[in-house]
Amino acid sequence: MEMHSDFWERFRANRMALAGSVLVLLLFVVSLFAPWISPYDPEAIDLKLVLAEPGWAHPFGTDQLGRDVLSRMIWGAQISLKVGFVATGIAVLIGIVLGALAGYYGRWVDTTIMRFVDIMLCFPTFFLILAVIAFLEPSIWNIMAVIGLTGWMSIARLVRADFISLKERDFVKAARAIGAGDLRIIFLHILPNAMASVLVAATLGVAGAILTESALSFLGIGVQPPTPSWGNILTAGKDNIDIAWWLSLYPGLAILVTVLGYNLLGEGIRDSLDPRLRR
Amino acid sequence: MVSYLAKRLVFMIPLLLGITIICFAVMHLAPGSPTDLQTEMNPRVSAEAKERLRALYELDKPLHVQYFSWVRKLAVLDLGTSFSPDRRPVADKILERLPITIVLNVLSMLLILLVAIPIGVLSAVHQDSWFDRAMSVFVFIGFAIPTFWLALLLMIFFGVQLGWLPISGIRSLNWEYLPPWSAAADLVKHLILPVLISAFGGLAGLSRYMRANMLEVIRQDYITTARAKGLSRRTVIYKHALRNALLPVVTILGLSVPGLIGGSVIFETIFAIPGMGQLFYMAVMARDYPTVMGILFIGAVLTLLGNLLADVSYALVDPRIRVSE
Repeated sequence: MEMHSDFWERFRANRMALAGSVLVLLLFVVSLFAPWISPYDPEAIDLKLVLAEPGWAHPFGTDQLGRDVLSRMIWGAQISLKVGFVATGIAVLIGIVLGALAGYYGRWVDTTIMRFVDIMLCFPTFFLILAVIAFLEPSIWNIMAVIGLTGWMSIARLVRADFISLKERDFVKAARAIGAGDLRIIFLHILPNAMASVLVAATLGVAGAILTESALSFLGIGVQPPTPSWGNILTAGKDNIDIAWWLSLYPGLAILVTVLGYNLLGEGIRDSLDPRLRR
Repeated sequence: MVSYLAKRLVFMIPLLLGITIICFAVMHLAPGSPTDLQTEMNPRVSAEAKERLRALYELDKPLHVQYFSWVRKLAVLDLGTSFSPDRRPVADKILERLPITIVLNVLSMLLILLVAIPIGVLSAVHQDSWFDRAMSVFVFIGFAIPTFWLALLLMIFFGVQLGWLPISGIRSLNWEYLPPWSAAADLVKHLILPVLISAFGGLAGLSRYMRANMLEVIRQDYITTARAKGLSRRTVIYKHALRNALLPVVTILGLSVPGLIGGSVIFETIFAIPGMGQLFYMAVMARDYPTVMGILFIGAVLTLLGNLLADVSYALVDPRIRVSE
């Protein structure tokens, strides 16, 4: 990736990028230091303090088992981050390999892979994810795998488009002329030039994965209690909707801020990479 | 055009077969079986009884045999029989729930169009004005907000705090005894929150898309020409530019079908609306294979038809596009 000083200059001047970086960094800090920041044990039950309103002892209140909501949200940040990154990692890996093969080899390889992409795009993805997770025992690893396995199509398309335009360029011809093999050309010569768009798509992908995870956990087939996640705190919020507004308000706000952070960062990187793309 | 349509429709068949094979394989290869779920609470079930149950559901046959028998039935529009205790035909179960899901989606689509197009156009025409800035903040938040959370907040505010709107179901308990006029009002009241929520997600996307289109069109030469020959800015924008910027919207409408179908699972579950999304959720939880396959199939057909509709209507409204034969 050509990370000239131009990029950093534009990145620093971009308010969206800066706001996004601050939010994302903050989340990293919170999830990394969760054991030290969190005021209570997130799984400690206190039946004398069930559904306590927000106050000095519990700034965001307690849930239906008397657990501290703030502590559960801090640990939930860690879960979201893990799911977001692993799921996106899987999607990026698959997307790069299939997109590179389709774009580089063309012909029947391209046709086969792109037909497969078409098939995958025809699924109402959320239906598919729901079906697979429900059949495979909900667990954090299954969620990461399934979100990743259903989210690689747009990255494959981006990489393929970049490869098609890059493979006829002179530097590729030069590499081939001095005897570089296909794999070497794909991964060492073309791919680094296609990484910019992948980076943007991946940053936006983390946001999407976090949203999907929270929706699944909310429906009860994502991260399973007692492990805290923003989505499953919201489930408790729905069950106690007429008496405990704080269970619904704060975790959702956390999801909103997180997703907003990654989206801003992604758009910021896009604008800084190529100001001409700016919309 | 007719031959193009025919070709596209024929192409849908292998695509649909591919989709159903993947769904079928994923479902059946996952560990566990529907019979386990139905018998695990009963310690007196013998191994032999379990086998009988498996034979009843035809789960004892090899996978490809099961798949072919499913496809053979599909050819005569039979989606099989549900595994749930009522043992009703899947097609009936889906058909009785499809209308409410479609009504909700159509209403929210109309709401999206009515609100997003003016927002997009005004933002583009007054680029960088306070309105444009406010709307781009709104769009960013709209993309990031989890819809199910927004649903909870609106339920708390309008349902619990203010008590204005009901928060679950599509009709009140005493619905049957209400005079027709208040019964209709009752239905409308129940639909307000679900429609608002399902429209919200699409609102951000479409208004941004509309803004980008409009900005692009305004920069075209023929717009400059229209201005140069002395037409007012207003006429140029609302007669010449708007028409051209609206063209690609039909594509977006067609392509948004899978998102709408997927979204209906979440808000139908939240608002307890007896639609297709809720049926799917319950079928998945009960491992009711035929019902899950049936809904996935219908979802895929709707998605493919949406795509086709998008391409065809685009070609129809824009004479510059020629469908490639």
